[in-house]
Formats: sequence, C-alpha cells, structure tokens
Amino acid sequence: MKMNGAQMVCEALIAEGVKTVFGYPGGAIMNVYDEIYKQDGFEHILNRHEQASVHAADGYARATGEVGVAMVTSGPGFTNAVTGLATAYMDSIPMVVISGQVPLSLIGTDGFQEIDAIGISRPCTKHNFLVRELKDLPRILKEAFHIARSGRPGPVLVDIPKDITAEFGEFVYPESVDIESYKPTYKGNKRQIEKAVDAILKAKKPLLYIGGGVVLSNASDQVRELAQMGQIPAVETLMARGVMGARNPLLQGMLGMHGNYASNMAMSETDLIISLGARFDDRVTGKLSEFARYADVIHVDIDAANIGKLVDVDYPIVGDVKGVVERLIEGLKSRINPDRYKDWREVLTRYNELYPQSYKDSDDVIKPQWVVERVGELLGEEAIITSDVGQHQMWAAQHYPFDRPRQWINSGGLGTMGFGFPAAIGAKKGVPDKTVINFTGDGSILMNMQELVTAAEYKIPVINIILNNHFLGMVRQWQTFFYDERYSETDLTYQPNYKALAEACGGIGYDVTTKEEFDAALKDAIEQDRVAFINVAVNRFENVLPMVPAGGALYNMILSDQQEEK
Amino acid sequence: MAKAARRVISILVENESSVLSRVSGLFAGRGYNIETLTVAPIPNTNRSRITIVTQGSERVLEQITKQLHKLIPVYKVIEHEEMVEKEMVLVKFPIEESLADIQALCEAYNGGIANVGKEMIIGMVADAPDRVKHFIEATRRYNPLETVRGGVVAMER
Repeated sequence: MKMNGAQMVCEALIAEGVKTVFGYPGGAIMNVYDEIYKQDGFEHILNRHEQASVHAADGYARATGEVGVAMVTSGPGFTNAVTGLATAYMDSIPMVVISGQVPLSLIGTDGFQEIDAIGISRPCTKHNFLVRELKDLPRILKEAFHIARSGRPGPVLVDIPKDITAEFGEFVYPESVDIESYKPTYKGNKRQIEKAVDAILKAKKPLLYIGGGVVLSNASDQVRELAQMGQIPAVETLMARGVMGARNPLLQGMLGMHGNYASNMAMSETDLIISLGARFDDRVTGKLSEFARYADVIHVDIDAANIGKLVDVDYPIVGDVKGVVERLIEGLKSRINPDRYKDWREVLTRYNELYPQSYKDSDDVIKPQWVVERVGELLGEEAIITSDVGQHQMWAAQHYPFDRPRQWINSGGLGTMGFGFPAAIGAKKGVPDKTVINFTGDGSILMNMQELVTAAEYKIPVINIILNNHFLGMVRQWQTFFYDERYSETDLTYQPNYKALAEACGGIGYDVTTKEEFDAALKDAIEQDRVAFINVAVNRFENVLPMVPAGGALYNMILSDQQEEK
Repeated sequence: MAKAARRVISILVENESSVLSRVSGLFAGRGYNIETLTVAPIPNTNRSRITIVTQGSERVLEQITKQLHKLIPVYKVIEHEEMVEKEMVLVKFPIEESLADIQALCEAYNGGIANVGKEMIIGMVADAPDRVKHFIEATRRYNPLETVRGGVVAMER
C-alpha cells in the first residue's frame, strides 16, 4: 500500500499493538502528528513537557511489561527527552522514542531546531537509528521494537527527518526481524546450570540476591518457587521490590545503602550468592573489597557484560532468568533438603529480631514512614506505587508492603527527580483499574508539576503524596552526617501553596498535618477520582535508616538516629 | 590495581555511518584506553574491520570485549593474543640526507623509498609495532621532518 512516511509510523505503531503514545508535537514531527489526527488506532496523550512524555511511556512500560512509546520533535524536543531515555536505559526499560529531525538536506547545517540526536543519545539508548531513506523506515521501526523488548530490554530512539515523513512509498511492515549481529542469549549453558545446582546443594548459607531483571523477565513465580522448595532466604534490590512478596518469611528485606540490618548481614555472611537479574550496583555492594567476602557467586544475567564487571563470579550463567531458574528448580527437585539451611535461617531471624526495619512514631508530628505504612494498610496490593527520588523513595521502598512485581515503579539506576508523577500517569494509563499513588517530596514534585494539567485534562486520577519536610531531604541528611550540618542550598522553607497549585490546574489539593487529616484526604482523593496533591507536613529532620555511608562496608550500618537523640 | 596488559582487538562491524562513533564513544564513555585505531571496509561485503590497540587490567579487557559485543552493529570481536600485527609508517627527510643510507635503513625494516621530490625524501616501512618503534628511533639521525604512523592492523594466526 502506498502512503507517506508519517502514515507508516502510525501503521507500524498500530501493528505493534501500541495503545497509548505520550508526546508533544513540533515542527519536524508535524507530519506524523497530522497522521495521528486522522487515525484512531491508538490514543495520544499530550504531556506538558517532553521529559514527562518519556517518563510516562516508561511508567507505562514498567506497569504493563509492554514497550512504552513516546514521540517528540527535533532539537529541544529531543534534548528534553534525553533524561527520560537515560532513566529508562539505566533501569533496562523497553521503550521506543520517535523524534522528528530536520530534513535530510539540512542535516549538518545547524538548521533551525537541529541537534545531533543520534550522537547525544548514543550512550543512553540501547540502540538508535537515523532514517536516511523511506524504504528503510518500516524495517527500522520493526527492529526498534524488537531491540527494545528483547535480550536485556532498553530504550531505542528512531530519529526521522521531516522529508522522510512527507515522502510517499510502498508500505509493507515486516513480519519478522533478523539482525545478524544481534542474537541475545536466552538459554543458559546447561553445564553451568548443573554446576550451580551442585553449588546450591553444597552451600550452608545460600542467599537469593534478586534484582530488577526478575521483574523484567516476569520470573517472579519461578523465583518464589525456587526459594520455597529450598527454604532459601532472599534479599531484594530496590528494583526488585514485590518479587518475593512482603509477607514471605524467606524475604529478609531490601539490601544496600538503605537496606535493613538482616539483609545486609545476610549478604555479608552468606557462603553462596545466587544472583538473579541483579548487577552488583555500588548502592548495593558498598565497599567492594569487603562485600560478601565468604561467598561464592552464581550470577544469572541476560547481559554477559554484567557478569564479572564488579565482582568475581564462580558460576556465570548468561541467559534469561526465567528459563534458568526453571532449570535450577528442575535440577534441585527431590535433591534439595531445606533442613540443611535451617541454622542459617535462624541466624537471620535473630538479626531481624535484633534490628527490625522500624522507626519511632510520634504523636506531635507525622512521620513520613507512618504515611507509607498507612497507605500500605489502606491500599496494600490494590495500589501501584511510583516514587520520585530522595528520602521518600527510600521510605516507600522500605516500608510499603509490596506484594507483586510491577507494583513498585521508581528510577533506581539514574535516580531521576521528577520521574514519579509522569510515570504514575503512564502506569495509570496502562493499568487503569489500579489506584496509582506517587510518593514524592517537596523537591521532586516541582520538577514535573506541569503534569497536573495533563492528568486533569485526560482525567488520569493519580494521587501524589508529598512527604513535605521543607528540605531536599536526602542531600540534607548527607549534610547532617558528613558535612557538619552545613545545609547548603537544601532548605526549602519557601514553599508554593500546593493545594492551590493543584486546584489551579484542575486537580484537587489537601494540606495535611495530622494522621486523621491524612486518612480523610486519602479517602476523599480516591473518591473524587481526580488528580490530587496531598501535601503532608512531616518531621523535618527525619533520616533514612539504616544507612551504609558511601564507600563503607555493607555490614557497617548507621542504625540509630543520632540527630533525633540530640 | 591489577597489571595493565596490551591487547589488539579486531571488531567486525556493519559498514554504516555511525558505527565508528559507537565504538570510539564506548571507549571514551567507559574510560577505556585507545592506543591506535584503524578502520577500513572489508572487500566485497557490507562490513568493516576496526582494529584497536588498547590496554587495561584483565577485568577491563574483558569488559571491553563484552561491551563491544553489546553494540547492535557489531558482528564479532576477535581478541586472540596470537595476532600477526603490522603497522605502517611514513617518514619525510630533507633532500640533503643520504638517499642510499635512508633506503638501506628502510629496507632493513621491510620498507623502501616511497617518494623523492625536489626538497624531500619519503621513506616507508610496514613492520611489527615494536620494530616500527625502533625504525623511528633510527631515523632520528637523518633529521626527519615529519613522521606519520598508520596504526596497527592485525590478523589471527
């Protein structure tokens, strides 16, 4: 069928099953927007900033497991999208971003709104394409989706010059993809898996170290089964919250810089790490030379480059974690004896009793941890939780009872403030029957607050709970601990009127200073079914604890709050 | 810090405009060292060969290979230690120097005189990288005006 390049883009999106595109028009992408106007195969959401479009596509992808799609124009449209690409890249989120580009004849001439999108996005995309000929466009779009969702997923940029979207040509969307130089390894090596089985049978203190790859691979059921059959204790990274389920007695908690005592001690004392889709990030390991000194390492990862990057690995297994865990279960079945690890489990139980994940509640002021717990009590598994970046993110990760994968959506690798609200919008579009809560701070929320307008216009009722301490809290915490309380540029005493701000944009706002007010506000916000800001005044100097100081050994945690005792 | 080893890596890539920047950008972005880099199309294919001489610890060299593999247009990364390596060098000398001496020197290093003009002599040598280094040292006594090295090309034994 003959059509122009812009129509081809729309047809390809429809062929890929895309239901929602997040984007923002502009000169170089206008041809495509003209075709979007004419079609009804997918919905387009107009965010009020390109960064938010990409985060929304990202949140959609994380909540649904489908490829998120965003569309932006050239130049500033694209550069605004870069933070979103980098955020998705660091967390391996499948996404396709389509950007307009100046016409081919203008490329390299510093044309209006021209920027080298391929050059800029190279280090923060899994792959990118500049379309130079119309005949390549269908194949490139097909490959973009394939690359985004296969292997270790990631964002792919397709940069399309304006004359290409105007040009007419024959459209045949390829049925399949064959990229000779790109063949991800899914099936783990059989002998390596057998060796790993033997290592698990021989270990005395094995530990499942569960990362975001388990979520991406939809392998949560398999991982739970593996843990269950061997009664093997488990720790989750920030990206893996929900995989084991909060009530699972084998789950010790989250490990790392703000991990709980038992998790970090488990990692420090284990004799066999079974790493599943995790990448030994510095926020997880602390000081590398002191990390898990007594442990052999089984490392299952679909990305070979993650294996041996930071930690020496005894049993490397390159492959998709789901299939590999299935085969580990097969190998261990009827051979593994859960009693073998009984002493080990008891040690960890004692650690958990000694220093449980806890906080000191107060009658005078709302504690941020209480807010998270309370939302957990009221909504539990029913809600999808997104977060921005900072203290509130850690409190949410520590205290919310996540029961399933894809329930917890946050920017783990890049740590992007401003991620939470647009990601919540994307998640709600993807999973409309869940309540979507964004835990945010008075710093982060302002970084994409224009999305109030988007959420109000499209009636996307996400609830932003601002844990407001009038500080850039996480930086303030470091200043308290490591910079002699010099609060350089972190004091946010000057505040907007959040309630009025939400209402000015068509949402609903609440100012909350007591627990009763919070309950009432949350209940009302859910009933109102509108985008909401719940501005909660919380204890100003609350710290996220435990804390492993940057570069310190994982077992050296700050456990008590010296600031509070002062 | 683990000891840094030198390594020659051959990368077979799709012959497309952005591929060199993907490879060199990977090295720059991840802080890997490039000593020399050569690139040319492979005859009768749509592929190119990039040859890079790099150095780093075992862990870094392993990462370089794995990260290169991850680039979509990369077909193959060859990093066998047993490579036949050659490098080309051109050296320009003033016409006053002895043509016979320079020719003898170049021939000693598998080369010869490439060009003689009114005011200069250009000698050319293609040899193993350490022999090229010796050759360049030896040219000093003939007051070389300019030296251009070509970077290493290599082939598996």
